[in-house]
Amino acid sequence: MPELLHQLLSGVASGGIYASVALALVMIYQATHVVNFAQGEMAMFSTYIALTLIQAGLPYWAAFALTVLVSFVIGSVIQRLLLKPMAEAPVLASVGVFIGLLLVFNSLAGWFWTYTLKPFPSPFDGPPLLGGFVTRHDLGSTVVTLVVLLLIWAFFRFTKLGLGMRAAAYNPVSSRLMGIRVDAMLALGWGLAAAIGAVAGMMVAPVVFLDPNMMASVLLYAFAGALLGGIDNPAGAVIGGFAIGVIENLGGAYLVGNELKLTLALVIIVLVLTVRPSGLFGRTVVSRV
Amino acid sequence: MRWLIGLIVVLAAAGLAFGASDYRLFQLTTVIVYAIAILGLALVTGFTGQISLGHGAFYALGAYVTAVMMSLWDLPYWSTLPVSALLCAALGFLVGLPALRLGGLYLALTTFGLAVAVPQLLKHKLLEPWTGGVQGLVVMKPDPPEGIPLSADQWLYLFTLVVGAVMFALADNLVHGRIGRAMRAVRDHSLAAEATGIDVALFKTRSFAVSAMFTGVAGSLGAIAVGFVGPDSFTVLLSITLFVGLVVGGLTSVPGALVGAAFITFLPNAAEQVSKAAPGAIYGAILIAVLFLLPSGVAGGVTSLWRRLQPQRGRT
Repeated sequence: MPELLHQLLSGVASGGIYASVALALVMIYQATHVVNFAQGEMAMFSTYIALTLIQAGLPYWAAFALTVLVSFVIGSVIQRLLLKPMAEAPVLASVGVFIGLLLVFNSLAGWFWTYTLKPFPSPFDGPPLLGGFVTRHDLGSTVVTLVVLLLIWAFFRFTKLGLGMRAAAYNPVSSRLMGIRVDAMLALGWGLAAAIGAVAGMMVAPVVFLDPNMMASVLLYAFAGALLGGIDNPAGAVIGGFAIGVIENLGGAYLVGNELKLTLALVIIVLVLTVRPSGLFGRTVVSRV
Repeated sequence: MRWLIGLIVVLAAAGLAFGASDYRLFQLTTVIVYAIAILGLALVTGFTGQISLGHGAFYALGAYVTAVMMSLWDLPYWSTLPVSALLCAALGFLVGLPALRLGGLYLALTTFGLAVAVPQLLKHKLLEPWTGGVQGLVVMKPDPPEGIPLSADQWLYLFTLVVGAVMFALADNLVHGRIGRAMRAVRDHSLAAEATGIDVALFKTRSFAVSAMFTGVAGSLGAIAVGFVGPDSFTVLLSITLFVGLVVGGLTSVPGALVGAAFITFLPNAAEQVSKAAPGAIYGAILIAVLFLLPSGVAGGVTSLWRRLQPQRGRT
């Protein structure tokens, strides 16, 4: 029983990471109907930036804030330069651009910072809490991801800018007629997604260690989470991400063993897509032919 | 005309066997292997429009079938090709089944997941008696048949060349005939294709099977050429590399597969002199550049340039 509780709690902690990346994916999917295959690599790149800043002597939270800001700028610049001209292109072309980005970020990280595993500091150091059930980092990173998710929700729910972004994603043409700068909203969305990814990267790095391929499996779990919750429903994606974290940890511990965790994610993806393509909370898409 | 050009290319390539060094021959063998794999990917992604980012999985299956048959069961190298073709076609058909329900993006996602999961599956302890786990399997380089005065490298190159020529002829025949037109119809407008009597479901799953068969045969030849298979040779990067080769060569071009294969074989050699990470960065940059500037790939670019240079003959 204590073992189960331990697995459950650490599942929730990693679920928070997947939920963040899943939310980043869904934000971009809602606005442009493409899935950003480079989301994980962008987060990994941001984490390296954070490590460089920390090694340069910045205090952790200053480096954290600066990294989030830099990632936001990188995200919006990428949207402006590469994705905007691709807006009308077929799916294959945009998938190709994302794969290109994935390769570029992965290689640049290897180029600048080498492929060796690097430890990444956690701001939540200290002995485990609750009689050893949960590490301080697990608890701290869960709190950080929850705060981020809450902030994002409040931003979309209560600010005019958030409303504008939702409108631009829902109906670009009408939004433009209403005076919303749709292009700026898309760039903003990309920036936000990159910033959320950066937080996720910085929270997962102390657990898995930092290397250029760190995010590949996280991205796969995030895909699974986003699809499970419904790829067009941000709240669903967050719930899906947490669920995947728990399923992954319990499945790895009791069902399939650690070696098949990724395959478990693949099986979930295939199951969701074949049994209930809209996910648990998504809208069923009806298209007129 | 197409056949004549093909024949000349094959004969010229066969001539190279007697002039090039062993290392060059190995590189040329790799080009042919990748060309067959990319050709398989072109059939499903380029012609039928089903994006696959996981063809490395079929390549891996082909490679492992050959390695297991050769190093564990001592079977001759040529006998492994039909087996791996069949098994890969079966796996391709199975992967194609969910593809029926998934539109473009979701299929890309699922196959991407497959590619990410492959090394883990290959390392799994249940499969270890066959796959050798993390250590992989060593494949002996086959000797030429008795009485043929060729080195092992020359023989392997010529063998690969002949298999490659047959595969290219098959693919060329397929895409230029009725089936090829049906595949393109499924890609361009599946509803209209359905209305004209094309069984869309059948074509999607079958083109997946044929495509996987091509890539699996390439994997088998690749295992023989490299002489080793291990889980870490078949990471998601392999699938992505094949995809890059496809886009650079030209999505719907049979000769383009050869261009793409040459690109992914020779570029890393040149770029690795700069840095270990350079090939990936250059792949990525070129992939994006091609999508922006030459959407139909190098082959498509050459074709349109050729048409522009031709004197106008009363038609546009």
